Amino acid sequence: MIRKDAWLKVHGKAKYNDDGYPAACLQARLLTSVFAHAGILSVDVSGAWAVPGVHAVVTGRESAVLTGPILQDMPILAAEKVRYFGEPVAIVVADEEWQAAQAVKSIRVEYQPLPVVNTIEDALASNAPLVHPGLMQYARTVPDVYPEENTNIANRVKIRKGDIAQGWKDSAVVVEAEYRIPQASHAFLETRNARAQILPGGQVVIHTANQAPHALRSMLAKYFSLSENDITVEVPFVGGAYGGKINPHPELLAYIASRAVGGREVRVAYTREESFYTSPCKTGAKVVMKLGADRTGRLQALQAEYYIDCGAYTDTAPVMAKAVAGSCSGAYYIPHIQCDSVCVYTNHVYTTSFRGFGHGVSTFAIERTMDKLADRLGMDPAQLRLLNAAREGDDSPTQVTYTKSNLGDISACIHRMKEIMQWDNGIWTKVSDSVIRAKGMACFTKTSTTPTDASSSAIVTFCSDGTVNLNCSVIECGPGMTSSLPKLLAQRLKISPDKVSVNLTVNTHAHPVHWKTAASMSTYMAGNAVLTAADDAIRQLKANAALALKCSPDDVEIDNGMAYLKENPQKYLELKDIVSGVKDSTGSALGGPVIGCGHFIMKHLSHLDRETGKGQTGPYWTAGAQAVEVEYDLTEYTYRLVRAATVLDAGSVIYPEGAASQVMGAMNMGLSCATREANVYAPGGELKNTSFRTYKVMHFAENPRYTVEFVETPNISGPMGARGLGEHGILGMPAAFANALSRAAGVQLDSLPVTNEALWYSVTQSQQEKSR
Amino acid sequence: MLKISGKTIITFNINGSAHEVTVRPGDTLLEVLRSRLGLTGTKVGCENGDCGACTVLVDGWPVKSCLMLAVEGVGRAITTIEGLTNTPVQNAFANFSAFQCGFCTPGFIMVCHSLLMHHPNPDDYTIESWLQSNICRCTSYQEISAAVRSLIKSDA
Repeated sequence: MIRKDAWLKVHGKAKYNDDGYPAACLQARLLTSVFAHAGILSVDVSGAWAVPGVHAVVTGRESAVLTGPILQDMPILAAEKVRYFGEPVAIVVADEEWQAAQAVKSIRVEYQPLPVVNTIEDALASNAPLVHPGLMQYARTVPDVYPEENTNIANRVKIRKGDIAQGWKDSAVVVEAEYRIPQASHAFLETRNARAQILPGGQVVIHTANQAPHALRSMLAKYFSLSENDITVEVPFVGGAYGGKINPHPELLAYIASRAVGGREVRVAYTREESFYTSPCKTGAKVVMKLGADRTGRLQALQAEYYIDCGAYTDTAPVMAKAVAGSCSGAYYIPHIQCDSVCVYTNHVYTTSFRGFGHGVSTFAIERTMDKLADRLGMDPAQLRLLNAAREGDDSPTQVTYTKSNLGDISACIHRMKEIMQWDNGIWTKVSDSVIRAKGMACFTKTSTTPTDASSSAIVTFCSDGTVNLNCSVIECGPGMTSSLPKLLAQRLKISPDKVSVNLTVNTHAHPVHWKTAASMSTYMAGNAVLTAADDAIRQLKANAALALKCSPDDVEIDNGMAYLKENPQKYLELKDIVSGVKDSTGSALGGPVIGCGHFIMKHLSHLDRETGKGQTGPYWTAGAQAVEVEYDLTEYTYRLVRAATVLDAGSVIYPEGAASQVMGAMNMGLSCATREANVYAPGGELKNTSFRTYKVMHFAENPRYTVEFVETPNISGPMGARGLGEHGILGMPAAFANALSRAAGVQLDSLPVTNEALWYSVTQSQQEKSR
Repeated sequence: MLKISGKTIITFNINGSAHEVTVRPGDTLLEVLRSRLGLTGTKVGCENGDCGACTVLVDGWPVKSCLMLAVEGVGRAITTIEGLTNTPVQNAFANFSAFQCGFCTPGFIMVCHSLLMHHPNPDDYTIESWLQSNICRCTSYQEISAAVRSLIKSDA
């Protein structure tokens, strides 16, 4: 099946949010901070007002609202002080964008530089400068976030499972290690942008590139004391998101800008540079880990501390800290666990959700440590993984019992991965005097860390010719939900997918609530909503058909665009004759138009216990195994990615082509992060790499050959047994790559990214140590 | 080369027809295509020549329209994504799902279209060096590679 958005996209006809706006729309540009941490002594905007075409200049003094999805710690414009390089300080609204840009340059800000918290260690030092001295006063939107007074700690999540002392007693082999993962950028090709206007009646209209229009509506209403039904949020195609377009940012700036010009429409579009230093990025992390196993290799104890660099503001980072803690044991069963996941403020760019939602951190740490443990045990690393793979009856770090349905079959994924990679033919090969090939493996699991009441809904209507419209609020930001949801609906209605159309733009007034297009939960949540809507429609179709066929609705079957009598299929009606009600031979009408409604809400989820971490954050896991093969050049200290593979338990694959492409794309992003991506900060906390020239992502010719396969262990609660899989391909890639390259180069590569330079440094350092 | 100062009306040849537009000397081709002519299939990605989302063809060769001034386009044949309809490259991108979010897709299609016009039977090195110019953040690039390779007229 060709994707429903294919022809629009290959012809340049798919409209994104910034592709055209009314001529009367005003243009805004931002003045952003040039310091990572500084008090704002004064802001002189008089020069900006002197620029022709300027309509408004707004500073933080005029907007006291604090925002944030968990802890409300972030001003829309900095007022008292700036906390990161790139933070918005003022916004100028003008007729033309170039006028606004010119006016921004005429604003004079007097800063008082403050000591900069530039590393996780800086943040945790006993006399550390506080990024948020007023931390304890911030409003909290959830009960389970625990900021610590007079520190830079915004949240701490604890896992205490089993008896850690017993775990160490039962461990014959113990491995300790430390890992570092830098902040990185989402680097979506479409930078964040939004337009806002306030209509004369007070209604607010937002056009934006955002993954969560309904959540945005709720937040706007809360921050500005508006009625939610006075707000309309409209989102067309989104040009890549990866978690980075969930919580509002340009939308809030556009709103206060519009308010400053009497409600006229104002456009805010970030430059690429602002997309690096003003937009939120991916969290960084430092992990200290200790893992113990008995002589046979069975895991006994895990102790870990995760320090999550959330930058200047928390956004979703406190929940990501929870996700990291909850996934600390990765794809394995460990009876005794003690771990702390700590969300730490720094003066770095603030952070938000990023594909994998923290699981990339826990996965990298546990999977690198598993390889070290295998070395110590003298065991094959795949064998160690098979021995410890979590299975039915085991429990998770948060003490949820695994079932075949909620976990899938990790062992089957590992077995198939071994075959794909010809693992048993050797994982270390000397190809020539200077070239070594090596393979590395990593497993992954991920569940969602959604609100306990996350929900979705869908509406199914029909045209008079019997064709079908699906209305729902899943954003098309790339994963192809606008193809897989219609396919699912068509399957249930027993018609061809080309008879189903779906809304490609989401409008909060027209389309029913969907929590967020996030957490790989759209197939699961919206999929279930679509199926219940389909069942509701089928019930009504049967009722209408029964009126015409003079029978009970139970006597009617719907298939292949027909409604027919089960006992006599010769008596049938076409869908077009029953979707709008039915008419008898005199023209008299009965029944009515069919409107199928469906909804879904998460069930059985709970907050985590503050002391033990016991609880359930998501409905099921998606798990799998990944591997990477690299070629290492001993003389050049360079490497080449040869091959990368994923075997993922998808439950059931609804849209095979789309699913494989999702996983491959995520693998590419994982390898890109592992091999080259990192936010680089100057000693003063200024972000140094703010363009694609200095912040490199993976390009065409740098890729390995990708293989993706699926195992299908049905997820009973999923639509047709499916699991989500949008993020998971990213999770194990950095560890599988680092395991392979560490094996090839004979060093431990525990900090990402592993650039050629970092590899050269590790190898030469190790050689010097050995020669001493 | 044409020299202008202040706002000036210039005539472009875009997608086979002549268009008159008023430009400032500093306007990039990208800006004029999108804002003045409504040809929004050409995307703004970085305005620094790094990502390729704004690629158009100028006399058949791929050019990043963020790096070219509008006035430089006078007298040249400019092709944007809107100038291509159901070409083999577009069909291949659709059939091989060589896109996800679709934002980089017009730029990639322009590069691939030009590549195959100039090299109907390109070798791996030629394909790689041409396609290094653009960034896709969603796919693994393998899908794009498969789409392009499906169009190579294999006479070997």
